[in-house]
Amino acid sequence: MRTGEDLILWDWTFNHLGDIGQRVVEHLELTFIAVGVGFVLAALLSLAIRERPGLYAPVTWVTGVLYTIPSLALFALLVPITGFTVLTAEIGLVSYTLLILVRNIVGGLRGVPPEVREAATGMGYSRWRMLWQIEVPLATPVIVAGVRVAVVTTVGLVTVTALIGQGGLGFLIRMGIDQFFSTPLIIGAVLSIVLAVVLDGILVLVQRQATPWTRST
Amino acid sequence: MSQATVEFRHVSKQYGPQGAVVDLSLLVPAGDICVLVGPSGCGKTTSLKMVNRLVEPTSGQVLIDGQDVMSIDVTTLRRRIGYVIQQVGLFPHQTIFDNVATVPRLLGWPKKRIDARVTELLELIGLDPARVAERYPAQLSGGERQRVGVARAMAAEPPVMLMDEPFGAVDPIVRERLQNEFLRLHRTLGTTVLFVTHDIDEAIKMGTRVAVMQVGGHLAQYAPPTELLLRPANDFVARFVGVDRGLKRLSLLDVSDVGLTDAETARIGEDGDAIRRRTDAPYVLLLDADDKPAGWVNLSQLRGSGPVGPEAVDPSSPIVTLETTLRDALAMLLASAVQTAVVVDERGRYAGVLTLDALGEAFRAAPEPEAAVV
Repeated sequence: MRTGEDLILWDWTFNHLGDIGQRVVEHLELTFIAVGVGFVLAALLSLAIRERPGLYAPVTWVTGVLYTIPSLALFALLVPITGFTVLTAEIGLVSYTLLILVRNIVGGLRGVPPEVREAATGMGYSRWRMLWQIEVPLATPVIVAGVRVAVVTTVGLVTVTALIGQGGLGFLIRMGIDQFFSTPLIIGAVLSIVLAVVLDGILVLVQRQATPWTRST
Repeated sequence: MSQATVEFRHVSKQYGPQGAVVDLSLLVPAGDICVLVGPSGCGKTTSLKMVNRLVEPTSGQVLIDGQDVMSIDVTTLRRRIGYVIQQVGLFPHQTIFDNVATVPRLLGWPKKRIDARVTELLELIGLDPARVAERYPAQLSGGERQRVGVARAMAAEPPVMLMDEPFGAVDPIVRERLQNEFLRLHRTLGTTVLFVTHDIDEAIKMGTRVAVMQVGGHLAQYAPPTELLLRPANDFVARFVGVDRGLKRLSLLDVSDVGLTDAETARIGEDGDAIRRRTDAPYVLLLDADDKPAGWVNLSQLRGSGPVGPEAVDPSSPIVTLETTLRDALAMLLASAVQTAVVVDERGRYAGVLTLDALGEAFRAAPEPEAAVV
């Protein structure tokens, strides 16, 4: 840090509002694509596991390994293949969402009470009707809980992709570090936290709306 | 009124080397309640589930109105059979209305018909549609949920209903009420019912015919309840039915089978001295303005004059309905100081009194088993 300077220079901040706003949008885009693609992949994997329960162990093993790779190393390894691109960033970000999403989707579907399943089967529900009309709605709270964790971790991880030229708010953080300039660093960090908290809150509200039966007593 | 016969023809089910059900043959006439009863592991639930193909027989046939269930499309078959289980299995994410509407919707009934049917059913099972239709199962009591489970099973007017320990998870008082309600419902609907329980008392009370099953999947006896109590086919049935067979026969009779008598009554608020002047009976029955009984008042303990209020009644005053079984009525009489039960009608109004003598007389006059054998 340059000495004798305030932690945040408000002048600089107000002069760069447009730039900061753009970084926020970029950050949201990276997050939504990562969680969106991750969710689709995880949903497909979960359906495969529903058909063949034997797949659960290998799928969680592979996604578990992906989850343990340090993010810095993963992005560095991908750069020679896919370059300093959004694709590189998303491959990494998506990989980190898979474990938590697969676990929660499968767990949610499996958590349907056996008597509910038996009653539905006894009334002539097919496997697909059971999935869409019984299992998915009842699994919603658990699935949304997984999405919340995925979103919050992804918002944090997006900043790391600044190292490969992406990063959203991570760009500001990296700029602060490179230039020994605390203002963008703090702004980037604080806004990243705010994004995580706000998105998490929105998901809580969405879940409450989508599952009215969980609110009743 | 839809009903169908259900027949098991030499049905066996094997899991591995063990027989869960062995060569079961029985015919349930249309409109009967057939109770499958026996200790756990006797194959009663397995037998039940072979009707709607949740379990498929290893050999033999299950026929509904003469048609082998294995030849009917499984979805079509199940939508024509009502299914009630002990844990109810209501859909927690759907309202009571939607739960009851399940099978009619699967069958593609028009909306108006579904609305009318659900409302009718909720009323039939004694739940106010305006109060419960938009609620979720978690907002109802256990007894209410169990009723909704029965309503859901009956929604599409199935000719056959399967009930697997339907009242096993509720407390004894609620269970008795649900049993009586279901019997009343059955009298108006007449559906053929297969009912599984491990409770011989419930079997005797609910069954038109009772199939006693033995561990290992053998049918030990298939007979109307009275015959089962008077002529158990073997030692196993005799032991299962229990040494209190005579007492159990009391479960087959209810208060409406007994000649009721009248008692001295008084109104809440009447003067104590006036009552004593009017009668020399030791007890009078205190009624409110709507003829609803508050209980017995012991005149010898009534001190002084002044209006008599509900606080003066003996707290052990037994009150029964016309549907209470004589077995339960007897138990209540023995536990009470007055030994005369107050009988109320369906609106809770005083209808007469039941004495121990009258109860014994009705028991001795009950039809001999020969008359009951079909």
